[in-house]
Amino acid sequence: MSVDLSLLNPEITLATLAIAVLILGLIIPKHARYGLSWLSILGVLGVLGLTLAGWENQGTLYEGLFIVDQYAIFFKVTFLVAAFLVALGSQRYVDRIGDQCEYYSMLLFATLGMLVMASAGDFITLYLGLELMTIAFIILVCFKRTDARSVEAGIKYILLAGMSSAVLLYGLSLVYGLSGSVLIPEVGRAVAQDLSPALLLGLVMLVAGLGFKISAVPFHMWAPDIYEGAPTPITAFLAAGSKAASFAVLLRIFVAALPGAWAYWTTLVAVLAAVTIIVGNLVAIPQTNIKRLLAYSSIAQAGYILVGLVTASEAGIKGVMFYAFLYVFATIGAFTVASYFYTATGSDEIKDYAGLSQRSPFMAAVMVICMLSMAGIPPLAGFVGKFYLFAAVVDDYLWLAFIGLIMSMVSVYYYLKVTLVMYRDDPADDTPIKLSSPVAVTLLITMVATLLIGIYPGPLSEVVNAAAHTFFLH
Amino acid sequence: MGEFPLLLAILLAPVAAALVLSFIPKEEKLLIKCIAAAGTFTSMALAFYTYFSYDTSQGGVQFVQRIPWIEDLGVTFYLGVDGVSLPLMLLISILGFSAVFASWNVDNRPRDFFILLCLLITGVMGTFVTQDLFIFLLFYEVVVIPIYILIIIWGSTKRVTKEYAGMKLTIYLLIGSAFLLVGVIALFVKAKGIAGAPDMSFAGLAQAAKGLSEFDQIWMFAVMLFGFGSLISMWPFHSWSPDGYAGAPTAVSMIHAGVLKKIGGYGLIRIALYVLPVGAKFWAPVMAVLGVCGVVYAAMAALAQKDLKYIVGYSSVSHMGYVMLAVGSLSVIGLNGAIAYMFAHGIMAALFFSMIGFIYEKTHTRWIPDLGGLHRQVPKISVGFMLAALATLGLPGLISFIPEFTIFIAAFHQYGGLAVAAIAGVIVTALYALRAGAYALFGPPREEYDHLQDIRGPELVPLVVLGTVLIVGGLLPSLLFNVINCGTIPLMAEINAALQIGGKF
Repeated sequence: MSVDLSLLNPEITLATLAIAVLILGLIIPKHARYGLSWLSILGVLGVLGLTLAGWENQGTLYEGLFIVDQYAIFFKVTFLVAAFLVALGSQRYVDRIGDQCEYYSMLLFATLGMLVMASAGDFITLYLGLELMTIAFIILVCFKRTDARSVEAGIKYILLAGMSSAVLLYGLSLVYGLSGSVLIPEVGRAVAQDLSPALLLGLVMLVAGLGFKISAVPFHMWAPDIYEGAPTPITAFLAAGSKAASFAVLLRIFVAALPGAWAYWTTLVAVLAAVTIIVGNLVAIPQTNIKRLLAYSSIAQAGYILVGLVTASEAGIKGVMFYAFLYVFATIGAFTVASYFYTATGSDEIKDYAGLSQRSPFMAAVMVICMLSMAGIPPLAGFVGKFYLFAAVVDDYLWLAFIGLIMSMVSVYYYLKVTLVMYRDDPADDTPIKLSSPVAVTLLITMVATLLIGIYPGPLSEVVNAAAHTFFLH
Repeated sequence: MGEFPLLLAILLAPVAAALVLSFIPKEEKLLIKCIAAAGTFTSMALAFYTYFSYDTSQGGVQFVQRIPWIEDLGVTFYLGVDGVSLPLMLLISILGFSAVFASWNVDNRPRDFFILLCLLITGVMGTFVTQDLFIFLLFYEVVVIPIYILIIIWGSTKRVTKEYAGMKLTIYLLIGSAFLLVGVIALFVKAKGIAGAPDMSFAGLAQAAKGLSEFDQIWMFAVMLFGFGSLISMWPFHSWSPDGYAGAPTAVSMIHAGVLKKIGGYGLIRIALYVLPVGAKFWAPVMAVLGVCGVVYAAMAALAQKDLKYIVGYSSVSHMGYVMLAVGSLSVIGLNGAIAYMFAHGIMAALFFSMIGFIYEKTHTRWIPDLGGLHRQVPKISVGFMLAALATLGLPGLISFIPEFTIFIAAFHQYGGLAVAAIAGVIVTALYALRAGAYALFGPPREEYDHLQDIRGPELVPLVVLGTVLIVGGLLPSLLFNVINCGTIPLMAEINAALQIGGKF
């Protein structure tokens, strides 16, 4: 049988790029390695172009192991945008903490893992992508080798990621043993025919393993510590990219493998979503460290995206995709401000943000816009995203809509506390913070995207509609 | 098309000013104020032109402009005004212009201040000029953040800190809007199911909502009532209002009490009543009772206050009670009264707040026992203050008398006894309004205030503009009512038709 390798263009290019960056880093002298960051940034941009060019080119490879549909492509674009923004925003930061070449090649490998996850048609491919991503992230999380907290975060991440992988794998083995297949649609057929308790247990473990990645309550304990300890750009990528990738596979599993077990799931997911939203938002309130605050808020955000899974209808999937996309911009925007602020002042404490609106009005504005987008305040992107998500569930789960929307207004409280510090107080040290141009571009992109999607969401929603539609064609 | 996009220009003039401001160096304080004034003046001039060129013989939604916006949500960027929204649009444009001059002495970071003020004005304006629910929501919450920042930076700390005031106001409004949003989303989804295609325009939703079950209408109306009710400071969800106004800078108090609150009343009429008439019928008595409770409770509370801003804060809660009562009467006369009264109250509350702002700026106190005899030292402020106080108590000849009277007619016709209680509120209102004037302005002059400079130059603008509207509106109420009638008569006709189809009432 012939294999249409053009479907794999993005993955192949990205893998080549990642290896090239790694090897070049070994060959070229240390002072010239700065060019590697540009190579990676432009390379990611190129892969993004390739992926977009393949929008109409859909198909399935290796008898269903690898699915390229517009759903997968949409998520790939999301990851690549995230990788691009993180890469662009972190040059200066990486200079301070270590080697450009290792950092960027690991970043590229993590992205590659995400791309594979988005296209996974069976559990083995899924696991492959997931581990590739996770292992690259483990290295990145402890990239600040001299900083005890970063190393501690790395160790925690290894242990917990290992444990969650173990749970996931155990679940997989149960599923395989009882259904006789690792292909997601095949498993779906087995589930529909005969749902034995052991199979159900396997599926539960699968979901638990992925629940860890999206940091849904009660699998969220790791997130704040690791988000706080990791280098900030990596935290951003972890929060945006890794989470979006896990949602991509979670949706595939839910819709393709579990329709037979639907009755068991919906209420459970609805409750999980509600608990995640409540816990994330409430625990964020007392935080004094900006990274921890954003970590908890990103837990809450995961809860919102989970809402779209509750119905797993086309409307729900659309909500998930739409929200995941805009969430990337909001998260990376906020974390990039935090990361650059750290580079400039060496602090992550919210109280040190005093007077940021006078030291750098642009950074303060981006921070406010990104945070309020997460809170779902119009005219920012988050509002439309939440509208789509809750429109999907309001018929059957009215209480969830109430909880979600009320809690999102509660979240405004802690976002406004940061705003208060940035705008009201006078700075202790009023030297202006000068932005380097790549960071300024990153922030500009996140801000403009957040505003634009919020004010004029039409085009994006059409793309998402089309992509969500292809999802049901298999 | 081809016609000059009037409403768009009215909406965007303040935004344009804000945009220009962000490029002006922050030291150019006078220039900054002039640009803000120019932006809001353009907006006001065009709003007046629109108001008087509205064709009352034809009625309906005019100056229409539609741009398809989000297809799968059925959203169109649909601008258009009718008799219900036109007076309120005019109101915000007048207040926006006056607010710039009431803040003429802001010297702490003036550029940031006026940028936020312009954005705030646009946000409020947007809610009144659109005929699409989604766009309405976009604008509705846009205002929250500028207000918060304006309060925490330029507000004043007296009985409560400005941080507390700002946060309380913001959280109240947002929690209200969370409920509102649930109602809106549910309404949208159900309407889409009934009509077969998504449509977010008010008219489209109202058409589709005729197919809703009675129960759906009732619960959706309830959440909207809570959302809009907490915005209009309906008793017992009003407590943010006096605290919020006390903490806010003058311009924000003016715009907030003057128009932002009215978004609640407008939303109740335009969205809740129009789209969900069956729900409205069910909750009408509740609205009326809560309205009267608000009137009486807040008037009593105002009587006990010694801080001028708290008096006006409570008085605005009390006056919004009249609006709730009028809306609850579900009649053309009642709605006419409600809208006209919102307009009148906007003008007088803004005048009141701007005069109090000047008094505070000059004497650094709003505490009545510390004031007295000011009419000698600052006669012009005193004139504005008394004008506002007399309008507050509904003196015939000033703008608020006819609307108040209209409301009482409608309420008496519908609820009888309740109306009597509401009318009794007028007496209390007279008490606190006159008392505030008497103790703050009259009596023996105090030496420590001899050096005070009366308002002059640009500071006079709020007094002149608002005072003129106050008197002209009182002498020629038909200017207001002719336009409002064009909006309320068809609105009530549709509501009654919808109620008859249901056959239950």
